[in-house]
Amino acid sequence: MTEALLEVKDLKTYFHTENGVVPSVDGVSFSIKKGETIAVVGESGSGKSVTSLSIMGLVGSPGKIVDGKILFEGKDLTTISNRDMRKLRGNEIAMIFQEPLTSLNPLFTVGNQISESIKLHQKASKEEAKVKSIEMLRKVGIPRPEKVYSSYPHMLSGGMRQRVMIAMALSCNPKLLIADEPTTALDVTIQAQILQLMRNLIHENDTSIMLITHDLGVVAEMVDTVIVMYAGQVVEYTDVYTIFKEPKHPYTKGLLDSTPKIHELKDELQSIEGTVPAPGTITKGCRFQTRCPLATSKCFSEEPELKEIRPNHQVRCWLHEEGEVAI
Amino acid sequence: MGKYLIRRLLQVIPVLFIISFVVFCLVFVAGDPVALMLPEDASQEDIELLRESLGLNEPFHIQYFTYMLGLVQLDFGDSFRYNQSALPIVLERLPATLELAIAAMIIAIVIAIPFGIWSATKKNSPVDFLATGGAVLWKAMPNFWLGIMLILLFSVTLGWFPVSGRGDLSHLVLPAITLGTGIAAEMTRLIRSSMLEILNQDYIRTAKSKGIRNFFVINKHAFRNALIPVVTITALQTSTLVGGTLVTETVFSWPGLGQLLIQAVNTRDMAIVQASVFVIAFIVILMNLIADILYKILDPRIKY
Amino acid sequence: MSVNTETQNQNQVVSSVEKKQTTNGFVRWMRLLLKSKTGTFGLIIVLAVILVAIFAKYLAPYDPNMINPAAMLKPPFWLEGGSMEHILGTDNLGRDILSRIIYGSQVSLAVGLAAVALAGVIGVFVGLVAGYYGGFIDNVLMRLVDSFLAIPTILFALVILSIFGPSVTTLIVVLGITNWVQYARLVRGEVLSIKEREFVKAAKSIGVRDNKIILKHLLPNVISPFIVISTLSVATTIILEASLSFLGLGIQPPTISWGGILSDGRDYIATSWWLATFPGLAITITVLAIIFLGDWLRDVLDPRSAK
Repeated sequence: MTEALLEVKDLKTYFHTENGVVPSVDGVSFSIKKGETIAVVGESGSGKSVTSLSIMGLVGSPGKIVDGKILFEGKDLTTISNRDMRKLRGNEIAMIFQEPLTSLNPLFTVGNQISESIKLHQKASKEEAKVKSIEMLRKVGIPRPEKVYSSYPHMLSGGMRQRVMIAMALSCNPKLLIADEPTTALDVTIQAQILQLMRNLIHENDTSIMLITHDLGVVAEMVDTVIVMYAGQVVEYTDVYTIFKEPKHPYTKGLLDSTPKIHELKDELQSIEGTVPAPGTITKGCRFQTRCPLATSKCFSEEPELKEIRPNHQVRCWLHEEGEVAI
Repeated sequence: MGKYLIRRLLQVIPVLFIISFVVFCLVFVAGDPVALMLPEDASQEDIELLRESLGLNEPFHIQYFTYMLGLVQLDFGDSFRYNQSALPIVLERLPATLELAIAAMIIAIVIAIPFGIWSATKKNSPVDFLATGGAVLWKAMPNFWLGIMLILLFSVTLGWFPVSGRGDLSHLVLPAITLGTGIAAEMTRLIRSSMLEILNQDYIRTAKSKGIRNFFVINKHAFRNALIPVVTITALQTSTLVGGTLVTETVFSWPGLGQLLIQAVNTRDMAIVQASVFVIAFIVILMNLIADILYKILDPRIKY
Repeated sequence: MSVNTETQNQNQVVSSVEKKQTTNGFVRWMRLLLKSKTGTFGLIIVLAVILVAIFAKYLAPYDPNMINPAAMLKPPFWLEGGSMEHILGTDNLGRDILSRIIYGSQVSLAVGLAAVALAGVIGVFVGLVAGYYGGFIDNVLMRLVDSFLAIPTILFALVILSIFGPSVTTLIVVLGITNWVQYARLVRGEVLSIKEREFVKAAKSIGVRDNKIILKHLLPNVISPFIVISTLSVATTIILEASLSFLGLGIQPPTISWGGILSDGRDYIATSWWLATFPGLAITITVLAIIFLGDWLRDVLDPRSAK
């Protein structure tokens, strides 16, 4: 087993608001190996985006990492200086955001924005950065990269802009790429292209990827390991085959049942009733209690632990307390 | 660009036209300047004679036509106080006013940009409190009172600067601070709220995720975006600036357009009043035009 | 079990809503007001100034226009030569500054309120007409708005005052006319957006007169910004009035205005600083209070525009 590139240990990121403390990420642990692609799955409000921003050190006020460790190649990112963090950001850890339309600065050319990080992290001259930027634009499949280099973001389509974002993120050959719902805002046909592109680029560079998504279709196509998050916690954590074949948490099951599958055509898709409860509102018992079809009285009184029910398969559910149960 | 400029300049014409019409109507309604132009013991015949020669007995539309005919030749009539054409008198005062306005604008920018940015990036900090509190206080303080208080402190008590008049740089300091801080207050508030909005944008997060130093994130990525609304609104504020100049000039006996205008108003020297109004309106419109052009330079999304 | 908790939760929610509704509206407002320190300050000062203006006759220690050659240019009581007889000192004619400031509040408030009311009437009318008829009329009216913005308010006021001569009525009319633009914009924008809504189009298509619908939907939408604009307009109007009076074109003696007292005091700045200082402070504090009150009203009435 190869060494872990990133290890998140018992991460807690809380938001201190006027109405009290909101525990958006509440004791999350996982690790990413070199070259591994991991997916963090969950509905909005589950804490997956805040987890990724915590790793980047970009949780804005009033949010704060209150506990836990984020070890990147052994260095704890929660304790290193701003200066050292900046050296990692965009260089060793890069991020792609959900909204390509608003994630590029409208007042600067695409070229300016890509070469900015190349100049910063690789100490490249203006000309070198330009050559490298155009090369990156070509790599992400942008036609006429020289022209796009001097274009402004508003002149490009959403798919093109996401390609630019990818080019920007990968321009310094990061060891870890965090992609926060990179295809959600795009058309379905463009989504497939972008995913294909990301897959190719990973294999070329041996980059680890942390993919944040709510789309299990994307997960099946490109990841090795899956983390399912609910209300700020990890509820299930295992490899992608097991998730699809034998989900052990009722929430995972619910997510799978609400994803359309081609080979088992059903009349109607099931959905999970309700929405993720606001963090901090459920103080007693399992956080999925309000929406769980299998909840028992224990689920309302005691909070389950994340437990390894078999090697490399962790579940946070009382159902499997006395051994594995099929659900 | 050229086409846009022409279109924009053409839009100025109706505005100037309306202003001229309104000014003419007001002067027409005001009636006779004759009584003021002749000695008090002038006979009825003299008055009639002067009225006739000034064309004041003509009907409204004829008078308006004569007035417009003069206007297109930049002739606003003669000032009876100075006994010469009004426009040159007004233009002669313009440099003093521009000097004051430009100095004030520089002071405003020097104060407003750092404070606006700083208070937005350090929201709820002491600096933010100072900036927002100062902005409200300056808004509440009548500008002329601030000027008087500055004179009281720096001229009367400390004797650092002259009390009034125009001359070397020391004369400029107090009036420029009076006017400049007044504009800075509004500008700081604008930059702050504009920056606060921009700092929440996705592209700021992108810039941070690239590992760019906070200083550059704020001053390169955020500030240029924040400047766009600020430029627009500042241009709209030119009329406030001009209004402020009028009052400040009076407080400091600054020999500019404002002082001239207020004297003219007091003596009902309508030719000077009309010429001043036109010059000022023209400057305001010009400033808006410049702002529009600046706006397009700053924002590549706007097409001409 | 799970159903049970949900109903319990719902019960709690319902009961808390009921509680809110049964609490007196006034109490709720006061609670909101007390939450904001500046809002509380604003309200207290504004109420105080209003009371002072109403009861000026009883509060002022002297007749504000009483000339007293025996007590000229007396400093305020805490300075040497000052006494408790004239707390804030006297002016060059021996008139009591405190009494003059107390009486001055009447003009400031009256002119401010009257001018803003007039501005509101003009603005709403123009806005309604422009928004309702649209097309050419709208275009003409909006160009008119542009022209107004191109002329500095004070300049416009100066020109009119120079023609009609300064008087309280002229001043109110002038200040009213210079202030209507923002109301016109507000109402026009709202009318245009209401006109675009589906139900208005639908109602129109079945022959219902749309001006009725527009008026019905306009009021609830504009009332909050209207109150906020009006409050802040009173603040700017008071400053403008003071500026004009300072320039000698506003309120004329013997009527007392803060700007007028200030203007008198300017000539004595070298020897008697209190003449110009106190009326200025009165203006500043009053305007500050109105701004605070307006900001608070905006936060409470219009959460969308909250900072």
